[in-house]
Amino acid sequence: MNIHEYQSKEIFRKYGVKVPAGLPAFTVDEAVAAAQKLGGDLWVVKAQIHAGGRGKAGGVKLARSLDEVRAHADAILGMQLVTHQTGPAGQKVRRLYVETGVPIAKEFYLGVVLDRVTSRVTFMASTEGGVEIEKVAAETPEKILKVSVDPAVGLLDFQTRELGFALGLTSKQVRGFGEFMHGLYRVYVGTDCSLAEINPLVLTKDGGIIALDAKLNFDSNALYRQPSVMEFRDLDEEDISEREARDADLSYIKLDGAMGCMVNGAGLAMSTMDIIKHYGAEPANFLDVGGGADEERVAKAFEIITRDPSVKGIFVNIFGGIMKCDVIAAGVLAAVQKVGLKVPLVVRLEGTNVEEGKRMLDSSDLAIISADSMADGAKKIIAAIR
Amino acid sequence: MSILVDKNTKVLCQGITGATGAFHTRQAVEYGTQMVAGVTPGKGGQSFDGLPIFDTVKQAVEATGANASVIYVPPPFAADAIMEAASAGVELIVAITEGIPVLDMVKVKRYLQGLNVRLVGPNCPGVITPGACKIGIMPGHIHRIGHVGVVSRSGTLTYEAVGQLTAMGIGQSTCVGIGGDPVNGTNFIDVLRLFNEDEDTHAVVMIGEIGGNAEEEAAAWIAENMKKPVASFIAGMTAPPGKRMGHAGAIISGGKGTATDKIAALRAANVEVAATPAEMAEAMVRAAKAAGITLS
Repeated sequence: MNIHEYQSKEIFRKYGVKVPAGLPAFTVDEAVAAAQKLGGDLWVVKAQIHAGGRGKAGGVKLARSLDEVRAHADAILGMQLVTHQTGPAGQKVRRLYVETGVPIAKEFYLGVVLDRVTSRVTFMASTEGGVEIEKVAAETPEKILKVSVDPAVGLLDFQTRELGFALGLTSKQVRGFGEFMHGLYRVYVGTDCSLAEINPLVLTKDGGIIALDAKLNFDSNALYRQPSVMEFRDLDEEDISEREARDADLSYIKLDGAMGCMVNGAGLAMSTMDIIKHYGAEPANFLDVGGGADEERVAKAFEIITRDPSVKGIFVNIFGGIMKCDVIAAGVLAAVQKVGLKVPLVVRLEGTNVEEGKRMLDSSDLAIISADSMADGAKKIIAAIR
Repeated sequence: MSILVDKNTKVLCQGITGATGAFHTRQAVEYGTQMVAGVTPGKGGQSFDGLPIFDTVKQAVEATGANASVIYVPPPFAADAIMEAASAGVELIVAITEGIPVLDMVKVKRYLQGLNVRLVGPNCPGVITPGACKIGIMPGHIHRIGHVGVVSRSGTLTYEAVGQLTAMGIGQSTCVGIGGDPVNGTNFIDVLRLFNEDEDTHAVVMIGEIGGNAEEEAAAWIAENMKKPVASFIAGMTAPPGKRMGHAGAIISGGKGTATDKIAALRAANVEVAATPAEMAEAMVRAAKAAGITLS
């Protein structure tokens, strides 16, 4: 799960991680009032969307007067911001963050992720702040410094010193940097992050260490124990079907193609997309109904797929283990009864209770094309929409 | 011979009184697995289909000599259940539970260091040696006794591969689902090493997916060490970057973990990569033929 920058910074403050003073704003007037309240003579007006790359796309502007704050807020709020992470359609800006400007001496990158090779939480830092870390990793990997945290003892002081000195900080600055790292580790562990990224982390002209940007992602497996994080969920940033699917405990991702897919299991769902592409069509979605789905959830999944106007055909590909084929059949039949069937439907069933599932579909008077294998199903559905 | 489990494996079930644990314990018994006990804290002294239930894993192991545990405990309590089993001295833990917080697994992995125990999973279908022992949620009837080892990050895709092999008359030595989570107990290389040393395994199907670099590392290991033919399929060729494809581990981030990279690494290690998921068994046959081995 993603949250906004200003929400991440709220979490940072709670855990003692230094951030500039700032206030969220939902209207232009609120943005001006926020700047007034913050005081000073330098502000940054920042678009709040879940995607990164906002600065380059024109979503972050410096203001030296309240008039400039107003002008920037007016320009950014409501704009369709297109960054390298939003896709070509972009994302509409509905929220702003007005922040006190900070005199910058030097910029760094600091990120915390899970290192899958060591199975440990790992800090990554680089003196190449402000630029895309993926680019640094690809072109000059030696510039990325790493510290791996032993979960038995947590982040250790010497590790923060090693990283701080390696970044070229003075001994006084290293102390502030150490406090910052400890705070960030508390955030990561305390809120079950899957990513905590600060780009840039800034050394201010008076020698302080402060997070100019903040990006937090959370482990969706752990949200059940993070109610305060759940409160930050912004429904406007989520695709409506994806949101509905999530609420029904389905794993659904909208894609650009025309072939709807309903599959059990993430690996098989991905492979089904792959085989559709292999035979010359494009998948409209990724959809894993999961192992323990009941008839109702299957029907919901089917509904979400059929509602998508770009879907020209549907391929149901099930290899039942926990998931029983008769439950899938019942769900599909229930959904078709409810929402109708306007496009060709190919169903491939295999595994637990397959005979019963097939019998149920065959004995209905719906125009369901049955398939004997995954390849057979993919070919049949593609033939049916041509 | 086989790897990890055989007809002598004595299995206890943690979470036996839950709906999933109960259902799959019955399925395992029906398949012929030696289920010896169940564990549900607070229900010690009761029984399930004639199997004794204990409050703790330690008691269950002492009373029954169980040497493997299968875990169906819900996500919030699953990490603790794994560590309890490890502490009680079982040799093999198969964690089926899906949805365990990643940071819980980071702790589990640290806890297991230095203990003589193998964890398979979590978020996996389990382990099966056809005709001998089934631990997990895979449908038993699609398997057939034979000599192809199967290892996979995905559950249903494993069934797909096994179904294809069986349909061609090719049996399996052991099938291992290592799970779709970013932190797991057993990785591809661990299983490949076991298959490499197992006399009964003549060839291996390895099924990977996008995210991380476990497949690339496995490819490097295969190039150096593998004595048997390997066929593979990588799921997620069409997955867009930045989107989590169901599994917590299946995400292309920062341009890393793409199917294209993984396939290239495997091909460089002389692994036969199936072009589509419908051709996994065919790829295995091709790889075996090239190595001069018959599989059925």
